[in-house]
Amino acid sequence: MSQWDVVIGLEIHVRLALDSKLFSGASAQYGAAPNSQVSFLDAALPGTLPVVNERAIDYAVRFGLSIDADIPEVTRFARKNYFYPDLPKGYQISQMDDPIVGRGQIEIETDKGAKIVNITRAHLEEDAGKSIHDQYDDWTAIDLNRAGTALIEVVSEPELYSAKEAVAYMRAIYNRVTFLGICDGNLQEGSFRCDANVSLKPTGSETLGTRAEIKNLNSFRFIEKAINFEIKRQKQRLERGEEVVQETRLYDADKDQTRTMRSKEDANDYRYFPDPDLPALNITADRLAKQRAVMPELPEAKLTRYTREWHLPEDDARQLAYDVAMSQFYEQSQALTKAEPVDNAKFLITDFNALLNEQDSDIKSTNISPGQYAGLLDAMSSGEISRKIAKQVLAEMWTSGESAETIIEQQGLAQISDSGALQSIITQLIKDNPNQVEQFKAGNDKMFNYFIGQVMKQTKGQANPAQTKQILEELLSNE
Amino acid sequence: MINLSIRELNQLLEKKQISLPELSSIYLDRCQQFNPLLNALLHINDDIQPEQLLTADNATGLLSGIPLIHKDLFSTHGVRTTAGSRMLAEYIPPFDATVVARLNQAGMMSLGKANMDEFAMGSSNEYSYFGPVNNPWDLNRVPGGSSGGSAAAVAARLTPVATASDTGGSIRQPAAFCGITGIKPSYGRASRFGMIAFASSLDQAGVMAVSADDCGLVLEAMMGHDDKDSTSIKADPWSWQAPQDAAMQGLKVGVIPAWIEQLTDDDIKQSTLSALETLVEQGAELIEVDLPHAELAVAAYYILAPAEASANLARFDGIRFGHQCADKSDDINDMYRKTRSEGFGAEVQRRIMLGTWALSSGYYDDYYCQAQRIRRLISEDFKQAFSQVDVMAVPVSPEVPFKHGEKSDGVNMYQADQFTIPSSLAGLPCLSMPIQPAHNLPVGLQLIGPYFNEQIILTTAAKFQMVTDYHRQMPEAFV
Amino acid sequence: MSINRKELTEMAELAKLDLNAEQTRQVGQSLNQITAMVERIKKADTAQVKPMFHPCQFWMPLRDDVVAEPSRKTELLALARHADDNFYLVPKVIE
Repeated sequence: MSQWDVVIGLEIHVRLALDSKLFSGASAQYGAAPNSQVSFLDAALPGTLPVVNERAIDYAVRFGLSIDADIPEVTRFARKNYFYPDLPKGYQISQMDDPIVGRGQIEIETDKGAKIVNITRAHLEEDAGKSIHDQYDDWTAIDLNRAGTALIEVVSEPELYSAKEAVAYMRAIYNRVTFLGICDGNLQEGSFRCDANVSLKPTGSETLGTRAEIKNLNSFRFIEKAINFEIKRQKQRLERGEEVVQETRLYDADKDQTRTMRSKEDANDYRYFPDPDLPALNITADRLAKQRAVMPELPEAKLTRYTREWHLPEDDARQLAYDVAMSQFYEQSQALTKAEPVDNAKFLITDFNALLNEQDSDIKSTNISPGQYAGLLDAMSSGEISRKIAKQVLAEMWTSGESAETIIEQQGLAQISDSGALQSIITQLIKDNPNQVEQFKAGNDKMFNYFIGQVMKQTKGQANPAQTKQILEELLSNE
Repeated sequence: MINLSIRELNQLLEKKQISLPELSSIYLDRCQQFNPLLNALLHINDDIQPEQLLTADNATGLLSGIPLIHKDLFSTHGVRTTAGSRMLAEYIPPFDATVVARLNQAGMMSLGKANMDEFAMGSSNEYSYFGPVNNPWDLNRVPGGSSGGSAAAVAARLTPVATASDTGGSIRQPAAFCGITGIKPSYGRASRFGMIAFASSLDQAGVMAVSADDCGLVLEAMMGHDDKDSTSIKADPWSWQAPQDAAMQGLKVGVIPAWIEQLTDDDIKQSTLSALETLVEQGAELIEVDLPHAELAVAAYYILAPAEASANLARFDGIRFGHQCADKSDDINDMYRKTRSEGFGAEVQRRIMLGTWALSSGYYDDYYCQAQRIRRLISEDFKQAFSQVDVMAVPVSPEVPFKHGEKSDGVNMYQADQFTIPSSLAGLPCLSMPIQPAHNLPVGLQLIGPYFNEQIILTTAAKFQMVTDYHRQMPEAFV
Repeated sequence: MSINRKELTEMAELAKLDLNAEQTRQVGQSLNQITAMVERIKKADTAQVKPMFHPCQFWMPLRDDVVAEPSRKTELLALARHADDNFYLVPKVIE
């Protein structure tokens, strides 16, 4: 087998979903006309000064709390010094020694089960502008709209041991930041980017090998391919007795290979020092408490609760737990209904969802309130209507806005559970369909369904299915 | 006229003995007439600006209509702002510095921009790209720096008031060299927004004028919290209260015997002692104090200031504003290097190199961090001293204004900042006021106050100026 | 502590300054004089002392997350030596 162990660490850049930039009041919205969202500070005009965006702090704290990280009382910004045309000040304001989020952890799904991955730290920093190389032959065009927008950089420990694990970790962080509402999750727009540090070491060795960094991966599919290519490349070199060069590489998706990048940061000494324009920030207990209070219950916690307390099957539980709006609707309706959580979940995921798809809508936009939906659930659980009818009622609730009760009453949709009534209907049917009865007695079980169908037809679907079955069985057996 | 105080000028304007335009014209004419001798000004307005006149007409308060010159470090909207450098020789800021805006609002009439050492780095105004400034008291001598132009302009009465900046002594030393009064408030009192940054944790905007009273009036209008500057203090507005009389009973004045001993020039020593005598005559009590770590101040400063400057000046890359090298470069690095080497003078380049070194990995802790530790020690020394005294009276400079070119070696000049640097590091309010000349050349006495207490140093100076008239003297050639 | 020529060249590269041989020599000389002067700070007993990065005695202020700056596109591009109607332009950079 392989003599090499793979060691991967990921640095993920999460663009925060803020209205304005980290240090300036210019708009942070994506997609605007070039250089139309650049303040004097963003262009680094002499004499301009940074002022920190409070919501960026809150979002960073929220992230830190969600990964059970230490949030320090005092955090500082630092300057990372290097020259590049899309870095207007000639330094990036980032964090060095006192990052806003300390050590934390997150659980990922691997094919060997759940695994805890440690996060070294997370810190706030500003993004650079964009360099556009294909606009002109002799020039590179610079757009500073993105310069100064807020990022959180999340640094994992080098504890991922395969490309698949790396993807799982990337997904876990992605789900987390989108769930917390701190990132819009738009991969195409670059809201979530990943740098992967990949190295190999001889199996059993304690010393980490030289690592290469693959920069700016913003797709789950590509990151897996890029890492796998890189692993193969490094393995080939090491097996040939060559060294792996510590360098930065880019992934070329067309060719499915990584190549050396002529680095923007080829001067390695960034000469970090605390930014003298920004005094230290005090993160108060109040701020922490406030973020704890607004933080939604995490999907992982919901998943546990749904499976353990409400006995939902894993798949259903997962589907609801990881959908913010759905889980909210689910929990709100469950609080108002006598129906079993499992049944609620089932109906929500299948029938309600089907209706939403049909209407090209989503749970947030529906005009059916959790309370109204709870009413429908009650009608089902009490046996007043069958599930099939409930589906019909739901559609009616959607168009009319009326409550379930009203619709059932108005349209006389209540299930027929009166055994006397059912008995007469079935008795009549048996009398009227002697052929089918004969076939059933001869062993053709399909005829049973024929009779059920006929009962439903006559009762317009309102016959109580369970009772119909019971009575039909009884009467047929008497034949 | 030109020897009148702000209050006296205000009276003339109030009584309509002179109109606003007339007053400004008198000074504008003097600027035109005398600047060729001094080279104190880099820009003189062609005429009085109508908008300024309008604002002044509508402004109430003592400063309304009073002429003013801004050090060319302050961004003035639509008016060239060079920082004394080729790098910004053509730069026209699209906004006003906060300090400029506030004084405009108070109705002051800005007449032009003052020459200065390039990027505020220097103590003689010999490092300006636009040529040296001449001391009005002796045109063969330096006016001090970096606010040499501001100091010379006030001394020659080209303007009653000039704004200036002080990082390690750049207001106090030129004020002493030119026989005028100059104050640097506590760090954080005057907004740095729009003031081109040299060393962010040390730079402060201040005032130069003939008297302490004049300085107080202007400082009051200039100071105050600015939410565009994160290092700006939030405090109750301060109002300058001029003293009623010159009595100093109960005032405890700290003196540092070691510093007086270091004055090898006997005449300067005599002037200093004589000035201290005057304080005693007014009822003050002299108390000996010591600042044990002050001897390390110059060393610490010449690590910290260049370090911060090296990062602050990284934005000057020719791309978004300012000088760019003439030949089209094939390569961006080439462009950076040529642009910066052409744009920056030798002293600035030297300090950038020094700063880059001090922040380099391997040196950061031993030099940069160590310097910041010494800063704390010096700050503590001052706190100790101020537990025993109300104000400190110490020398400004060990020398009188020297001849142009006499100090060809920059490093030689650094040590002369030994008396001004300690209070800069501690961020304390300090001023220089004229005392008895030495060798027929101006000499200053420095008053240092506790953090936040501009009132006490201005009061002490104002009282001193009630019983002396050194500050009223002006150079013969410009009468 | 003396700065050697190699270090000087590295620093000049980090600071993007173009120093010729003579300038490098001069800067080296100045820097060595200065570093000799600043060496003295190493002697101070600072074992228990925390660095004082800011003379301010207060915490960082924060601002609301609102868009408070209009587009400055025309003004800004007008300040640049090389720009078209939309972008700043620099000599082609190869990544």
